[in-house]
Amino acid sequence: MKFQALFGASAMTLAAALMASPASAASVSISCGAVGQELELCREAADAWAQKTGNEVVIVSTPNSTTERLALYQQLLAAGAGDIDVFQIDVIWPGILGSHFIDLAPYSGGVEKEHFPSIIENNTVDGQLVAMPWFTDAGVLYYRADLLEKYGESVPQTWDEMTEIAKRVQDSERGEGNTGMWGFVFQGKAYEGLTCDALEWIDAYGGGTIVNGEGDVTVNNENALAALKLAGSWVGNIAPEGVLNYAEEEARGVFQSGNAVFMRNWPYAWALGNSEDSPVKGKIGVAALPKGGSDGKHTGTLGGWQLAVSKYSANPEVAADLVMYLTSYDEQKRRAVKGAYNPTIAALYEDKQVLEANPFFGELYDTFVNAVARPSRVTGTAYNQVSNEFWNETHAVLSGTKSPEDALSDLESSLKRMSRRGW
Amino acid sequence: MSVQRLVGKVAFWALLIAIAIFAVFPFYYAILSSFRSGSELFTASILPDHFDFRNYVSVFTEQPFGRNILNSVVVAFTVVAISLFLGLTAAYALGRVQFTGRGLLLLTILSVSMFPQVAVLSGMFELIRTLGIYNSLPGLILANLILTLPFTVWVLTTFMRELPKELEEAAYVDGASPWTVVSKIFMPLMWPAMVTTGLLAFIAAWNEFLFALTFTLSAQQRTVPVAIALLSGASQFELPWGNIMAASVIVTVPVVILVLIFQRRIVSGLTAGAVKG
Amino acid sequence: MSVAAGSASELTRARVRSAWIFLTPMMIVLALVAGWPLIRTIYFAFTDANLSALDDTRFIGFANFLEYYEGEWYGLLVDPDWWNAVWNTIWFTVVSVALETVLGMIVALTLNTAFKGRGYLRAAILIPWAIPTIVSAKMWGWMLHDQFGILNEILIGIGIISAPIAWTASPDTAMWAVIMVDVWKTTPFMALLILAGLQILPTDCYEAAKVDGIHPVKVFFKVTLPLIRPALVVALIFRGLDALRIFDLIYVLTSNSRETMTMSVYARQQLVDFQEVGYGSAASTMLFMIIAVLVVLTLTVGKVRLGEEVK
Repeated sequence: MKFQALFGASAMTLAAALMASPASAASVSISCGAVGQELELCREAADAWAQKTGNEVVIVSTPNSTTERLALYQQLLAAGAGDIDVFQIDVIWPGILGSHFIDLAPYSGGVEKEHFPSIIENNTVDGQLVAMPWFTDAGVLYYRADLLEKYGESVPQTWDEMTEIAKRVQDSERGEGNTGMWGFVFQGKAYEGLTCDALEWIDAYGGGTIVNGEGDVTVNNENALAALKLAGSWVGNIAPEGVLNYAEEEARGVFQSGNAVFMRNWPYAWALGNSEDSPVKGKIGVAALPKGGSDGKHTGTLGGWQLAVSKYSANPEVAADLVMYLTSYDEQKRRAVKGAYNPTIAALYEDKQVLEANPFFGELYDTFVNAVARPSRVTGTAYNQVSNEFWNETHAVLSGTKSPEDALSDLESSLKRMSRRGW
Repeated sequence: MSVQRLVGKVAFWALLIAIAIFAVFPFYYAILSSFRSGSELFTASILPDHFDFRNYVSVFTEQPFGRNILNSVVVAFTVVAISLFLGLTAAYALGRVQFTGRGLLLLTILSVSMFPQVAVLSGMFELIRTLGIYNSLPGLILANLILTLPFTVWVLTTFMRELPKELEEAAYVDGASPWTVVSKIFMPLMWPAMVTTGLLAFIAAWNEFLFALTFTLSAQQRTVPVAIALLSGASQFELPWGNIMAASVIVTVPVVILVLIFQRRIVSGLTAGAVKG
Repeated sequence: MSVAAGSASELTRARVRSAWIFLTPMMIVLALVAGWPLIRTIYFAFTDANLSALDDTRFIGFANFLEYYEGEWYGLLVDPDWWNAVWNTIWFTVVSVALETVLGMIVALTLNTAFKGRGYLRAAILIPWAIPTIVSAKMWGWMLHDQFGILNEILIGIGIISAPIAWTASPDTAMWAVIMVDVWKTTPFMALLILAGLQILPTDCYEAAKVDGIHPVKVFFKVTLPLIRPALVVALIFRGLDALRIFDLIYVLTSNSRETMTMSVYARQQLVDFQEVGYGSAASTMLFMIIAVLVVLTLTVGKVRLGEEVK
């Protein structure tokens, strides 16, 4: 460890000497996005900040898959390496990675009070604000407004309705020769995205959040069973079998090429679905995800990304300044207008320009504020394993290799085994 | 009889064509796909129709792919050089000198080549961290040696054994040192074997994935296989299959050419490594 | 006479000494990159090491393997996911090596007959072998894509299937997809090894068989197969041990899906994704032990000529 610190320090000194720039200018590296628009938006903002402050920003591209990205971060931070100063972290990671980040409260000037309190609470570990919210996310339902209108259907309010409408529209469209049409696409691959989707189904039926706030395993209940039973009927019926290997982009690919009636996805798909070359431009609508039966609730899994500063950074103050810039009101507004990234600042949901670009932000405000959180705080470093068990069992239900009953009881027993000595 | 022979002949040629298609088609299709972009990618067709170099350009502009290739080249060449040097001296000792413990040593080396990579992963991770060469090319070079060194020693030893015994005796009688014997007498004779072994080691290091995935962090330090594996993701307008295929073609073509040029040597190296084991 | 003998043994001693000097650098490097990491991995297997705090580990005995706690058994040996990975690995190894051997034999027999363009065909079958595993996984992943893949297109085109199959996603086909890609990539290797065995066979038996008018199929089973058996067995063992370790192909083609998870993928997931260095090391150690036992068995049963005299 000492050796490394020494090595790191000397490398830093060397780098600083080579840079030979004014004392105030520093180089900060940030990981944000992988490719495409996400990276582009981040680059523009980082360049603007660099212009303003005279510092230099290096953008480190990281793997696009969140599981891969987390593994990378864990290794990097465990090694105490200063390669990345500012980390873009998922909403479920503060509990896992928190000990490696600095407290941002001294740099925020109290601005965190303007952000959604639930996210700030999520990002506070042991009394320290380890990350600033950058954008939030919640699962929403995309639908083909043109197709619903064509067949006189309305936007579904419950998952059962969604299933029926999807089936009807899909069959009618196929009858008209559109053989590639499917009713519903979502994230069915065995990865974190499936955990998000499945949590929404279960929560919509009032089936809880797998592990409750006290750390008890609650997933094996009637409501969760009802949710999984319905979900288990989708694949091959209204969803293509390939959905079992779909992440966000694969689902969007099918929906955006006009081959699906409904899609569960994050808000980012809105701007892309309405981009110039999109075949479904102007034909799509967004609604809250359906309820689980008439006494269920509309819900969406809390997603979104935060920015955190590494403890091992050579310039923590400068890095923190970048974080505060990127999470500021103006920057979040720019991202919302250009990329449909949901702000974490409540006031922005009343901003005219933001609402013009994303009409659904206003209607779905409640969904975003009340999004259901995955049990990452209570399960801490074991969250990955919990989620892995959950998505594997759900995947088995979707692919029909396990009955929902067996999957839930197996899940319960493996989670109980995992937590035998507390989380 | 002649009808039967004709049928036999047709069946034989059908088999040949089937084998050829089975072997070549996937690579052919990758090349084809690499020239398609946008929605052209999603119309599956097995005939070449588009020649669009956009993917090849964007592979290099959207990530440091040139740097990744350079990393792979540096790692593979260094690993081959180290393995060949250590392998040649060791092969001389193992192949030409009779001493106690030789069998055991050969057995150990063979066992190391059977190590599952994952079995040394955590220990190697720690070693690399301790040496302070995490997320750097020296770290990868060190890790790759476990794949190439045992194999190199093994194959070179097999070749070394085949050389006639009289070779070095005259030199020893003349009072030459063992090092002179190795460098002046065996080295020239071993060139063909070294080319073969070096090529196989090069391919092994070039293709290595797990270590490169685990021991590097930043895009700048990645080798080509990891870069390709992590290339997937959300590009704005299309699934990046075009880019992936372009990258795949770029890294595969040199290896395929090498293999085709040296195919006879490679076959002899493979058989020396396995059959004579 | 005695002087000559003395100098000869002197020479031998000098040669043995220099042999050890020549061996030392190689042994040091091997000890560093193989010996030490292996020892550490085995050590970690008996601790509760976690990736986020590797320096702060406790020795916990066999708890990672098997532990009795409050009336229930825990640990690797009772972990259904681990056993699932074990069976997947065995299934994969047996099926893919069997297919590779049969197909490799066919290709080798074909290449062993004289025909025009033999050199080209041999070059062509080397291509799959030369392509990096990651690249072949990506290539096949694209060809097997459920919506846009060429394979579905072709199969639908010739009427074998009526709807696209999600090859890498569906639990029924995921393992077969992996096997298919592995067979594609490794059959050339098998074919070349078998071909090398075929080419050193004496031709007189065949001529005798031809004169006697014995059917070629019978010749194959009665003459060829017994003669190339040694080469075949060695090739089988090498491939089998290789297949037991498979990681990269599966990781890229189907990632951490349960249907195709092998021992290596399982161990890596525990080590890196879950940060459970201790538990993951226990899994790695088990894999190592399994392979080690198989190697020792092969070496003793197969009597591989290791201590062969120097010529």
